[in-house]
Amino acid sequence: MSLTLGAQYRWDFLVQGALSVVWNALGIVPLYVALHGRPPVAGWSYEQVLVVVGWFTLLKAVLDGAINPSLTAVVDHIRKGTLDFVLMKPADAQFLVSTAKFEPWRVVDLVAGAGILVWAFHLMGVVPRAADVVVSTALLLVAVAVLYSIWIVVVAAAFWVVRLDNLSYLLSSLLDFGRWPVSIFKGFVRLLFTIVIPIALMTTYPAEALLGRLAFRTAALGIVGSLVFALVGRLVWTRAIGRYTSASS
Amino acid sequence: MLRRVKVLRAYPTLLRVGFAGAVAYRAEMLVWMLTMTMPLVSLALWSAVSAAAPVGRFGQRDFVAYFLATLVVRQLTGSWVVWELIQEIKSGALASRLLKPIHPLVAYSAENIAAIPMRALLAIPMAIIGIVSGGGKLPHDPPLVAALFLSLFAAWFITFCVMAMIGTLSFFMESSYSIFEIWLACFMLLSGYLLPLELFPEWVRRVTYALPFRYMLSFPVEILIGLASPAEIARGLLVQGSYCVGSCLAAIVVWRVGVRRFGAFGG
Repeated sequence: MSLTLGAQYRWDFLVQGALSVVWNALGIVPLYVALHGRPPVAGWSYEQVLVVVGWFTLLKAVLDGAINPSLTAVVDHIRKGTLDFVLMKPADAQFLVSTAKFEPWRVVDLVAGAGILVWAFHLMGVVPRAADVVVSTALLLVAVAVLYSIWIVVVAAAFWVVRLDNLSYLLSSLLDFGRWPVSIFKGFVRLLFTIVIPIALMTTYPAEALLGRLAFRTAALGIVGSLVFALVGRLVWTRAIGRYTSASS
Repeated sequence: MLRRVKVLRAYPTLLRVGFAGAVAYRAEMLVWMLTMTMPLVSLALWSAVSAAAPVGRFGQRDFVAYFLATLVVRQLTGSWVVWELIQEIKSGALASRLLKPIHPLVAYSAENIAAIPMRALLAIPMAIIGIVSGGGKLPHDPPLVAALFLSLFAAWFITFCVMAMIGTLSFFMESSYSIFEIWLACFMLLSGYLLPLELFPEWVRRVTYALPFRYMLSFPVEILIGLASPAEIARGLLVQGSYCVGSCLAAIVVWRVGVRRFGAFGG
């Protein structure tokens, strides 16, 4: 019985993996048509934008594989009132709900993201410097932290307005704007994506760091900014949990 | 024959019920509509690319018009019957629909159509502002407007039938959702959703003109922003019409075969 189950999931893994490759390739086609063999747009050549797409893919994989499933589970808990069982456990509730569920097959997306990065650097014919790799990895961690804080705030909102599962789809589709370097956006939209919803911080800055052209000051500002984000997230969560009244009352 | 007449008489009522549902869940629908950001993401890329020099016959303004029109057409012709069907078949909720004296696919189609006015309320002003501010002209001579509405309806009809067919596959297999994802991936690439079809190399463009995807999105968009000549429109409507018939027949056949298996499931 468990063997059949296992085989079933293996098949699922294969299908999902193949689909993930298809979706990632699909994201690159417009980029190829738009930028390949053209002069750089807003200071970005085709290969350099590929680096951004690589980071975007990595980040999306983390979001879909680790952050989103758990938080969807929380919204479900709140609606059904079963969050009580989580709160009663002798560990931090935020930690527990954030690690409730993972989707292992998103690993394929991680590999795809890394593949895009390697390919981009292969096309450029350069190897990133070790220091740049360290900085951009640090920035990726920071990006994950910011993403996670935004999601925690959204989940916390579920304590007030229960029906919320499609809001996480909305945020996912907003993240799609992180596909391209933030400098192709103009004016107000650019400001929005740099400060309010720091999509620039999540994909453009790590990519620039890896390309070795991110100013130190920007990196430092990014890190400080994301710490603020994480703090706000934690604060909102603790306040929200104080308002949780379970389903019965 | 009598049954057909009955369905036709029940349809306006079904539409009213569906409309009431759309009004009741307006906030949720608004959030779903807002999740459709991809045309704007594409627009950002292409308007940056065309800022320096036009791409093909597309300047920056044309891209704005194109992607806003894409957004609106997708909003108006969208359907979600595949998710509903898969969920209802798997949970067994379909049984209660089967008990009603109206074909479930007819009922689903009424729910879909009834939501269009609510969606249009948001989408159409955006389209008009976008296209007119981009210096474009809205089609105004009657035959062109008629062609536009005809092609919009046909685009919705093909979308609905294909989704219904793929959803119905849940009668046979677990992974019909994966099949839908593959379909969706093809749709995004070949329907003009991510980029205008004429920017593809010539042979790819020809292939897309033969496949159904163009007639689900790009074709009405081309009419709306005035990219298609009258001869192209006439030819397109013909192809679109045959895809309507084909997809409708396919959906009905798969449904007939599948629903028997469902009966077997219930015992």
